[in-house]
Amino acid sequence: MGKVIVVTSGKGGVGKTTSTAALGAALAQRNEKVAVVDFDVGLRNLDLIMGAERRVVYDIVNVIQGDAKLPQALIRDKRLDNLFLLPASQTRDKDALTPEGVEQVMNDLKRYFDWIICDSPAGIERGATLAMRHADVAVVVTNPEVSSVRDSDRIIGMLDSKTLKAERGERMEKHLLLTRYDSNRAERGDMLKVEDVLEILSIPLLGIIPESMDVLRASNIGAPVTIADARSAPAMAYFDAARRLAGENVPISIPGEKRGIFGKIFGRKAA
Amino acid sequence: MTKVLTDSRSIRIKGRSFLALVLSPDLPLDNWLEQLDDLAARSAGFFLGRPVVLDVADLGIDKAQLKELIAQLANRNVRIMGIEGARPSMIEPGMPPAMKGGRPAADFEVEEKQAEPAVALRNSAPVKPPVPEVRSVTQSIVISEPVRSGQSVMFPEGDVTVIGSVASGSEVIAGGSVHIYGALRGRVMAGSVGNASARIFCRKLEAELVAIDGIYKMAEDMDPQLIGKAVQLWLEGDVIMAETLF
Ligand SMILES: Nc1ncnc2c1ncn2[C@@H]1O[C@H](COP(=O)(O)OP(=O)(O)O)[C@@H](O)[C@H]1O
Ligand SMILES: [Mg+2]
Repeated sequence: MGKVIVVTSGKGGVGKTTSTAALGAALAQRNEKVAVVDFDVGLRNLDLIMGAERRVVYDIVNVIQGDAKLPQALIRDKRLDNLFLLPASQTRDKDALTPEGVEQVMNDLKRYFDWIICDSPAGIERGATLAMRHADVAVVVTNPEVSSVRDSDRIIGMLDSKTLKAERGERMEKHLLLTRYDSNRAERGDMLKVEDVLEILSIPLLGIIPESMDVLRASNIGAPVTIADARSAPAMAYFDAARRLAGENVPISIPGEKRGIFGKIFGRKAA
Repeated sequence: MTKVLTDSRSIRIKGRSFLALVLSPDLPLDNWLEQLDDLAARSAGFFLGRPVVLDVADLGIDKAQLKELIAQLANRNVRIMGIEGARPSMIEPGMPPAMKGGRPAADFEVEEKQAEPAVALRNSAPVKPPVPEVRSVTQSIVISEPVRSGQSVMFPEGDVTVIGSVASGSEVIAGGSVHIYGALRGRVMAGSVGNASARIFCRKLEAELVAIDGIYKMAEDMDPQLIGKAVQLWLEGDVIMAETLF
């Protein structure tokens, strides 16, 4: 049985879709079968980031409404054989997702895939709660700024109350993915510090993804950053995060804090 | 049986005040019920088995709507022990009884003949809650994880201890004192059912609002010296006092 991951945040524009695609592609490169599922009905994005927008025939709403079978709606990635996308519908509204329908789709996906990664819409409404409902693991995507942190805190509360795991009295495994981390702004004190975010949210850190033009470049060519440029800083951070998700113990470093020898010398002089 | 009736002793009828939760719905009721469901989901079974008084004073609904509302609440396992603020014509047999003047009342004894009307009792009730003859054991709950933004912990029965932080945008409401072994970034209301001796303790004060017995202080009213410190807060008269703990 596959593991269901929800990538969620409360706030929009923090990097959920980017992270879903990057983690999905990173896990698929470990030879695991991965499905990424777009729950953002009406505002779908994942197809674009995966470069599959022109191959969408059926979507999750069609499957739920019985107009298509699940295998018909799944789109195989052109670059990675074991990476699939289940797109959202762009024309329907969120109410087209029914709890029973989502449950059926999730149960079917778990039989075929090792990882099912659900890209949650922003907000705390139906779309977001349905995306998290069946999750075994949550990746809480947060930017180092107060509004994002507070929204994430709200989402963590919901993960602990509105999910099937919570209702069964089990504990949802939750990880913090700190994205769009800008080391220059951090140095200037324009962003919350990593330790402050961790202290506020008090869930374990899965990784820190640096703010980088490579992310934009990857989305412009329609590829997850872990496929577009596997050597780039954000891609390497996503690969590490994927390894941690898979249970490996990989130490975390804060981007921009491994100063070279000059940094050390200056540091001493200043002291 | 008849023996008892002819007994010369008077019947002792005691008044006792209980803490009831009062629900005051807003229109439209659909929305309000939705919010209630949300609250119930977040506070896991908060209403279960508790005495609840339904306050419909300013609601402007008719009898049929009131019946429907009671049924809706019953579906949610909220059992109404009384209805406050309803016109007499709205209450029919089978409905919870009408209640008036929800305020703490002292125990009282009535001789058989000189039974006082309930109204008099209400007016004579002292402002301060009575000191019970037998002190009940102070109740408390311990929350062993952080209180997250959007969550609300309500415990009118007594003290609340949180092992973890209370997030910005969350609230803890306690009848007694509140102890937070973590940062207090949200709202805390201690002594919320009329207990001026309740206190608030936290490891790190960054609160949005603190209140004791209805007297409150907003973040901007707090002494900047105390922010970020371990602090206790208590009430002296109408003023919230605070000092660092360690
Ligand atoms: N690490 C990053 N560096 C630079 N830009 C990023 C990064 N992560 C995300 N972005 C950009 O931020 C925007 C929002 O990202 P997206 O993944 O769509 O967020 P969400 O799905 O949470 O709304 C996009 O334009 C994306 O390219
Ligand atoms: Mg998105």
